[in-house]
Amino acid sequence: MIPELGTFSTILALCLALILSVVPMVGAYTGNKLWVDYARPLAKGVFFFLTLAMALLAYSFQTDDFSVVYVAQSSNTNLPWYYKFSAIWGGHEGSLLLWVWIQAFWTLAVAIKSKNLPLDIVGRVLAVMGMITVAFLLFILFTSSPFERFLPNAPMEGADLNPLLQDFGLIVHPPALYMGYVGLSVAFSFAIAALLSGRLDAAWARWSRPWTNVAWAFLTLGIALGSWWAYYELGWGGWWFWDPVENASLMPWLVATALIHSLAVTEKRGVFKSWTVLLAISAFCLSLLGTFLVRSGVLTSVHAFATDPERGVFILGMLIFVIGGSLLLYAIRAGSVKSESSFALSSRESLLLVNNILFTVACAMVLIGTLYPLVMDALNLGKISVGPPYFNALFVPLMSLMVVFLGIAAFSRWKETPVSLLSSKLWLPGVLSVVAALATHWLYSGSIEFWVLLALLLSYWIVFTWGREYLTRLRIRKDWLANMTRQSRSYYGMLLGHLGVAVMIVGIAMVTVFVEHRDARMAPGDQLEFRGYTFIFDGARKVQGPNYVSDMARVRVLKDGQPFREMFPEKRKYTARSMVMTQVALDPGFTRDLYIAMGEELENGAWAMRLQFKPFVRWIWLGALLMTAGGLLAASDPRYRKQDKREAAERGSYA
Amino acid sequence: MNAQRKQRLTLVLIIVFGSSLAVALVAYALSQNINLFYSPSQISMGEAPADTRIRAGGIVVEGSIRRDPESLKVQFDITDYAHSTTVEYVGILPDLFREGQGIVAQGQLDHQGRLIASEVLAKHDENYMSPEIAEALAAAGQMPHMPATAGKDY
Repeated sequence: MIPELGTFSTILALCLALILSVVPMVGAYTGNKLWVDYARPLAKGVFFFLTLAMALLAYSFQTDDFSVVYVAQSSNTNLPWYYKFSAIWGGHEGSLLLWVWIQAFWTLAVAIKSKNLPLDIVGRVLAVMGMITVAFLLFILFTSSPFERFLPNAPMEGADLNPLLQDFGLIVHPPALYMGYVGLSVAFSFAIAALLSGRLDAAWARWSRPWTNVAWAFLTLGIALGSWWAYYELGWGGWWFWDPVENASLMPWLVATALIHSLAVTEKRGVFKSWTVLLAISAFCLSLLGTFLVRSGVLTSVHAFATDPERGVFILGMLIFVIGGSLLLYAIRAGSVKSESSFALSSRESLLLVNNILFTVACAMVLIGTLYPLVMDALNLGKISVGPPYFNALFVPLMSLMVVFLGIAAFSRWKETPVSLLSSKLWLPGVLSVVAALATHWLYSGSIEFWVLLALLLSYWIVFTWGREYLTRLRIRKDWLANMTRQSRSYYGMLLGHLGVAVMIVGIAMVTVFVEHRDARMAPGDQLEFRGYTFIFDGARKVQGPNYVSDMARVRVLKDGQPFREMFPEKRKYTARSMVMTQVALDPGFTRDLYIAMGEELENGAWAMRLQFKPFVRWIWLGALLMTAGGLLAASDPRYRKQDKREAAERGSYA
Repeated sequence: MNAQRKQRLTLVLIIVFGSSLAVALVAYALSQNINLFYSPSQISMGEAPADTRIRAGGIVVEGSIRRDPESLKVQFDITDYAHSTTVEYVGILPDLFREGQGIVAQGQLDHQGRLIASEVLAKHDENYMSPEIAEALAAAGQMPHMPATAGKDY
């Protein structure tokens, strides 16, 4: 009964979403205020019924209703309750339901938070978001319903959640990532609404900015959580693999990063308008492309996709419709857009243009590297894979160049910045960065590695240029504290975001160059020493877990000869799927992680062990957290709401 | 040409120059970093180049795993049931590596036709078979062995 209610609830949500995508749109065109007014309650209705559907699916999981195919595939009576909960999005069907639920959540958020926007814009934005919801709900109902049943022969026991997914990472990573992915649909909808209404002015950029910032922040967080999860879960100690699934999330991030910068230009200066719209469209289309790549099976094999095309063709059709439709609309409308001002070559506008170019080029390169093997395979030109060296060779120079410009941008002004002003402000941070980078590097390792030096140089460059710019602001008036609090939240958000870049660069370079890693055969009593740590293997014993049996090793760690830690890596065998999993033992730290993973069992109680010393690896995720915080802080700037309120008051009748 | 146009032209030239540089870099980097896949049959017929990074995949032959007692060096054969190739690897094998399992190894062929692997991959799903291996098996006239139901031990 419960799963049928779930299906029913999803169908009701679909009906409401259909009305939402038509009625307010027509109302906005015909000027029928009543019809447009339907948008908000409909958005609430869609959210209500999808929440109900999620709750019903959660209920089926918690009560071990294995007559539901999806539950039987990804749960088990022995699974702890929190994994039964997160198993909702542990597979294809449920993760799509989560996707569309988050879409409904964003729609609801726009409906509630848009009190001060012109009503026809709200109607159009919500209608476009409604259309996206309709497309995904159709996809769920026709090809991937999580509520389908095994009838009449329901299995007694579920196949269990993939052990890889039985982890805290599954609870937080997909929701955060989807919040980002789907959040880009808000910027997309605003762009489409602006194109439809023909009002492509600074106002729409201001409306989109906070939403885009929040979506970008979640996307950053989601990707970082995924990287952190892969690091400790897969047992290799890598934090980024240039895997197509990762690239699928990185591409929208790159374009969204370009978008939040170009939105700033459009809002403040009224230029780059059509470019910004194009970025907003591309960002969401890349989210959809990512969903297509991950969900259609096209990545495992182009040919597998061709033999079971139902799901893939649906998303592909949707992709073509959204990309084609929005680009067509763009082609028709964008031509009439005029810039409101001009700018000189040496200006903040130009620097932000450089930012945009570099980010889009980086995205194009990732796209090529990801799709190239698919194209080759589809044309039967051989099975190839594009390795990480390709991505590194292109990504590192591009991003290094980006950071150089990021530093210069600290002192740039809108419209025109004399080159002499830039050079007078920049030479000191430049010299300081070189000195500081050399000194830090020398103190840390006593030798000089090019990549680390470059990374430190770039990080100090960001910190010193923006630090100097911040100090200048603090000196405007006598009272430092007052100067400090006078700066806007969006300014502090930007500082935090850029600081995050600096922190992340240090982490990436340090862990890549100075990682120390030993694969060794260790018998009980064997020890291994490196980087001042001694690892003594005390042997392994059997341990019984709730749904697995495990070999747990004990490794004593000495630091400079003194007892320091005991670490317990495990090799688990999950009984339901008879699947073996490595459980890593970690000793995390601000400047280094100790990482122990067990390999296979060898004879006489000996084990293959992987021991790693990973310097500054936490800084990668710390940097991402700073960026996330920066994005959220910038979005919370009261300026957006005040200005909207003022304009709403001027419009009068709409408020 | 007035000043503003001149500036625009400079900007356009920078963009054109930058993007052609990017395209050149992409083409070069791609040509350097593509790893082609070969089946054991193709390798034994000499179709795979030596001294270049390639990927090879097949089923791990039962009883072929030989370990060095002193180190982590391991040797095993992979097969598509028509021919087999010996793989040599030093390091830790993935969790799902076992006899009868389909794996993909990345590395270089030496002159005896052995693959000196730098990486051995087995996917994290006991029923998963890399499509490349499945196709190689089909090409060698062997239907890939697929367990009938998910979740069963084998």
